[in-house]
Amino acid sequence: MIEMCETVVNLDIVVPNQTRYLRFVGAIAEQLAKELDVQEDKRDTLAYHLNLALTEAVANAIQYSSAVNAKDSVRICLSVEDAYLSVRVFDHGRGFDLAAVPTPDFDELRERGRGIFFIRSVMDSVQYRKTDSGNVLEMRKKIA
Amino acid sequence: MRVVKEVRDDRTVLSVQEDRIDAHNSGDLKNVVLKTLEGGAQNVVIDLARVQFIDSSGLGALLSGYKNANLRSSGFALAGLQPRVKSMFELTRLHRVFDIYPSLQLALSA
Repeated sequence: MIEMCETVVNLDIVVPNQTRYLRFVGAIAEQLAKELDVQEDKRDTLAYHLNLALTEAVANAIQYSSAVNAKDSVRICLSVEDAYLSVRVFDHGRGFDLAAVPTPDFDELRERGRGIFFIRSVMDSVQYRKTDSGNVLEMRKKIA
Repeated sequence: MRVVKEVRDDRTVLSVQEDRIDAHNSGDLKNVVLKTLEGGAQNVVIDLARVQFIDSSGLGALLSGYKNANLRSSGFALAGLQPRVKSMFELTRLHRVFDIYPSLQLALSA
């Protein structure tokens, strides 16, 4: 008898530190949403939300890593386990304090400062940790 | 970033030819809008009908255009937003800031 495997998706992707790869990353996120076992009417929204969250997270990671080493790369891990999608984006920059990132003031028309707000809006949880091998932004979303 | 510029009566239409506006090309969009305003355009309409995805940097580029147009007392409108793109404006309440038209045709006849 074949043992059921609970991990249905496990992707480990490394992209060069260049914004031209954001569209590839977004396309992978959209494709992943198509593979997941979710209600048909929620699939398109999920695809867009994953595209958005990953695009914002990787754009941030590219910016942070580039400040330290322009030829660095960004690692992305996507996994689905026990009805949760986990997305981890690693950077080698100086890091930042996620808790200190405020919700944008909607009356103030600033050109920057909405990326983390978008990630928080479309994912269930967001954490940013500094580790010995770099920083990791971990986003989770329940998919069933 | 591919943008087609066209003057129709008193409007300058900038049609974005990309399916995606993100951190890779939003700086280009910001510059194109700025140069158009600097060139004396009085009424700018950005046609976003082909755009299927916009991120925070794309919204920032459009906000830059909006603020610059306001400083010059120029008109600045957005047209043809796809549902996904429109949802980003709603999430950030920016649909209350911009003049938004369902299509370019409606923007031009406004």
